[in-house]
Amino acid sequence: MAYGEKLLEHYENPRNVGSLDKKAKNVGTGIVGAPECGDVMKLQIQVNADGIIEDAKFKTFGCGSAIASSSLATEWLKGKTVDEAMEIKNTAIVEELSLPPIKIHCSVLAEDAIKAAIVDFKEKNGIPVDRETAGAH
Amino acid sequence: MTVKTPIYMDGHATTPVDPRVVEAMLPYFTQVFGNAASRNHSFGWAAEEAVEKSRETIARAIGADPKEIVFTSGATESNNLAIKGVAEMYAEKGNHIITVVTEHKAVLDPCKRLSKQGFDVTYLGVQPNGLINLEELRAAFTDKTILVSIMTANNEIGVIQPMAEIGRMCAERDVLFHTDATQAVGKIPFDVQKLGVHLASFTAHKLYGPKGVGALYVRRRKPRVRVAPMLDGGGHERGMRSGTLNVASIVGFAKAVEIAVTEMPEETKRLQAMRDHLRKRLTTEIDHVHENGTPESKLPQSLNVSFEFVEGESLLMGIADVAVSSGSACTSASLEPSYVLKSLGIGDELAHSSLRFGIGRFNTMEEVDYIADKLVGVVARLREMSPLFEMHNEGVDLKTVQWSHH
Repeated sequence: MAYGEKLLEHYENPRNVGSLDKKAKNVGTGIVGAPECGDVMKLQIQVNADGIIEDAKFKTFGCGSAIASSSLATEWLKGKTVDEAMEIKNTAIVEELSLPPIKIHCSVLAEDAIKAAIVDFKEKNGIPVDRETAGAH
Repeated sequence: MTVKTPIYMDGHATTPVDPRVVEAMLPYFTQVFGNAASRNHSFGWAAEEAVEKSRETIARAIGADPKEIVFTSGATESNNLAIKGVAEMYAEKGNHIITVVTEHKAVLDPCKRLSKQGFDVTYLGVQPNGLINLEELRAAFTDKTILVSIMTANNEIGVIQPMAEIGRMCAERDVLFHTDATQAVGKIPFDVQKLGVHLASFTAHKLYGPKGVGALYVRRRKPRVRVAPMLDGGGHERGMRSGTLNVASIVGFAKAVEIAVTEMPEETKRLQAMRDHLRKRLTTEIDHVHENGTPESKLPQSLNVSFEFVEGESLLMGIADVAVSSGSACTSASLEPSYVLKSLGIGDELAHSSLRFGIGRFNTMEEVDYIADKLVGVVARLREMSPLFEMHNEGVDLKTVQWSHH
């Protein structure tokens, strides 16, 4: 696969690789995908008292596109409110990384991971979750 | 380290043409350019002579008679001709074909087509080590079986099947034995008499010859095997394969075969030493590495390994100046993980995590070390990024996890 520069950059220097304490109340964890599919993304957000995502971390088992998509996602999440984060669309990831059509599903998985992390955070904190927007898992 | 990149180590996909082969071919483009079927002038006679000399060289290399070699455009065509040609010719004798799930698509797809046309195809499974179970084969024969098609050496994992035993079983039952010998000819000794093979497909570009030319061995004695042609028009190759012969490539094919056979003993030693060294470095310097396919019956230059917890395409990106391939779905045109690896029962995750190395004539030990060095680093880096590795370290049994599919 001949990838674009931005994608390669994320692969060589991924942002925010790591883990947050999944037991912490202000941390939301989303794990999406499956080993059989060749794609597993774990994405975590740490939300401060003002509802702003102050930190985000990811770990991904998957191809270059999957790694870059989740790396980019953590970059975009930092500084956003939880509601703003829900608005992140996979199409924006596709555009930013110039993902070829065959790799669009990686960006979809990243969007799913973001939503899963947010849903987890909300459920831990008694915030009502709009299942439809969350794209129920 | 005096390693020139990019390094090519994908010898099962194709090989570079040996410079000696190129040299042998050159006169046949501009000087001896006649059509080998032009019977009436010296241009044709010269071309025909070159073809027949080549035919003899190739036949001798596999223990066959020159009349038993049919030139084709490659192993895919040879496989199609063998399987469909036998099915058509022997349809009145029976309609049952036995093959194996790990065959190349050039065997599986013709079989699929034949089953749509009313043939009955049995696909034998393989054991976790990649070998067929001979008892299963024995039990699969029926009185309608007309053909067994089993590849000599597998293109993904390099495993070599028990050919002589299969040949014996087929002879006992009067069933034709075809083998896709593409990965075997030129790499290991291959003799159609010793193995009891009736039809064999192989191609030039896997043994340092040009792409676009291959052959089908079709036995003429004890028994006389007949195949219905797939290409009509002119009756070339004793009616079995019409079409003007690719003379230059046939000459190249023969030269490549001649070199392969002459240099095989020394080359095998050299390639095996490199493969063994690569295997040793990877299995001792990296944890959770699994070799796919039994090492006991494997091509000397092949190595297929899975690196647990990391995915194949991301591995390939990490060693971007090394050309190898992977069983990962992300690297396949069909987005399916390797069906060969799946049939070993290793699980999809390990299939996605695999790399295939095919060491070749022009590789060096320095290149092997370079690749091993790089892989140690890349695997470590990717495992740092891997949620599966993290879960494993936390003591989670990945097989028990409920994954959310998307």
